[in-house]
Amino acid sequence: MRYVLLMHYREPAEGEISEGAIAEAIEAFGAYGRALEEAGVLLSADVLQPAAATTTVTRREGVLQVQDGPFAETKEALAGAFVLDVPDLDAAIGWAEKCPGAEWGVIEVRPTATAFVEGRWTR
Amino acid sequence: MDALTSGDGCLAAGPGLCATGPAARAAGMAARDSYGRLLALLSASASDIAAAEDALADAFERALRTWHAHGVPASPDAWLLTVARNRLRDHWKSAQAQRAAPLGDQQDSLIHTDDLDVDAIPDRRLELMLVCAHPAIERGAHTPLMLNTVLGFTAEQVARAFSMPASTMATRLVRAKKRIKAARIPFRVPDRGDLPARMTAVLEAVYGAYVIDWATTGPQARQLPSDALHLAEVLARCVPGDPEAHGLAALVQLSASRAPARLDADGHFVPLPDQDPSLWDSHLIDRAHEHLRAAHARRQLGRFQLEAAIQAVHCARRRAGPTDWPTLLTLHRTLHAIAPSLGSGVALAAVTAEVEGPAAGLATLDALLQDAGQHARRFQPARATRAHLLDRLGRTNEAIPAYDSAIDLTHDTAERQYLQHRRDSASLRSQHRRVP
Repeated sequence: MRYVLLMHYREPAEGEISEGAIAEAIEAFGAYGRALEEAGVLLSADVLQPAAATTTVTRREGVLQVQDGPFAETKEALAGAFVLDVPDLDAAIGWAEKCPGAEWGVIEVRPTATAFVEGRWTR
Repeated sequence: MDALTSGDGCLAAGPGLCATGPAARAAGMAARDSYGRLLALLSASASDIAAAEDALADAFERALRTWHAHGVPASPDAWLLTVARNRLRDHWKSAQAQRAAPLGDQQDSLIHTDDLDVDAIPDRRLELMLVCAHPAIERGAHTPLMLNTVLGFTAEQVARAFSMPASTMATRLVRAKKRIKAARIPFRVPDRGDLPARMTAVLEAVYGAYVIDWATTGPQARQLPSDALHLAEVLARCVPGDPEAHGLAALVQLSASRAPARLDADGHFVPLPDQDPSLWDSHLIDRAHEHLRAAHARRQLGRFQLEAAIQAVHCARRRAGPTDWPTLLTLHRTLHAIAPSLGSGVALAAVTAEVEGPAAGLATLDALLQDAGQHARRFQPARATRAHLLDRLGRTNEAIPAYDSAIDLTHDTAERQYLQHRRDSASLRSQHRRVP
């Protein structure tokens, strides 16, 4: 079953985090990614740029609207997503617990309803 | 057919099952056992409790029709399991036709009823209980889910025990079951590392079936049908090596054993020291002692075992005469040290008063209340204990307002009347003193 681990945390201001701490985080994420791959559960992993780089697009009002900034301004912002294929929620929670982002943020564990695989939507 | 439940609380067959008495109670428990076992098995493969309930209900309905005409099969449970499994398979097939879902381990081969040994049907009720008390399920739903799925009580019956409208409870149960399926919460005993925390949640949920832990008024017994007592027994049977599961079963049974003596013939509350031990249920007390022996054999102390041991000392008055207060004091001290709570602190103060006198008890209580801060002010057991202690110390003028504040916080009618009575006699005494 597919689960998405959504990382949420407060975006640090520029220069707020030391070079050393950044290097440590990169190393931790590297080890985490390798562990996911070795377990054969990783489908994709993306860590996002800060919300300052984001653009929202909608046709909800009938016309195209393109805006800078995130969908919702929140204290803790969406920071990344890991898509996993694991047997059940306990396995997904187990991987969320090991995610480096859990040290300073929150990991939302969300089962996917359906996924586009090999030309069609399946579940 | 006697040993079967329709899952709607009153049992599908045998009208005798709705009667009272030990035989009917035993039959009722056997029926609840069957229901929980079958539902656990049927739910496990797809984490789908709602579909399993539907399939089981269908099987019961067919049983009512066919058994009437063709007689009861040799193994009713096996018959029901087979029919319900076939129902589930049909359900999955139609689901698969809609959306090509992989069925995985759901497709167990069809079991022929005659080959199925009912004693060999695995008991997966522990897995079901772990799902009900899973951290991904809202806490308030843990206990209702257990009563509903493991024992087969209806949403309406559970709602009554939780003093909640039936529709609210039904919605809560449906939502939790949907969540279990959607998030695929596994019917599996977790690894050794995760197990202790998860077992604690299960124990607390089972405890919650019998006791309402009001944040402000302290624990009070829940109004439940007597066969709900069986839940703790089921858990102890599922994890015979867990001393706390035995401790919990003993605690629940010992507390329940005194229920017949809790009210007098006029419906008035009778405090524990004044209860007539011959009214206590000796069968439950004996069973509780078996659990306590099983727990002590594991030599690993825990909160529920200590609470059960305290209840056992109280119940020993049945044989040994006067209550052994020094032993109780030791037990309460240990309990308050390993699992401190407002409740354990107030109980410790009350027992201190019995051993070292009311002044020492009051000092313990006031020290506790000072540390606990504001929310302790609305804790009924603390107010009631303080009133009794002031009364015993002859500080009647302080005892009367203390009784008043305890009375305001008491939900239980019989206990409120009892406190009212104590307050009035204290008030009378103070008037006598004033008028020479």
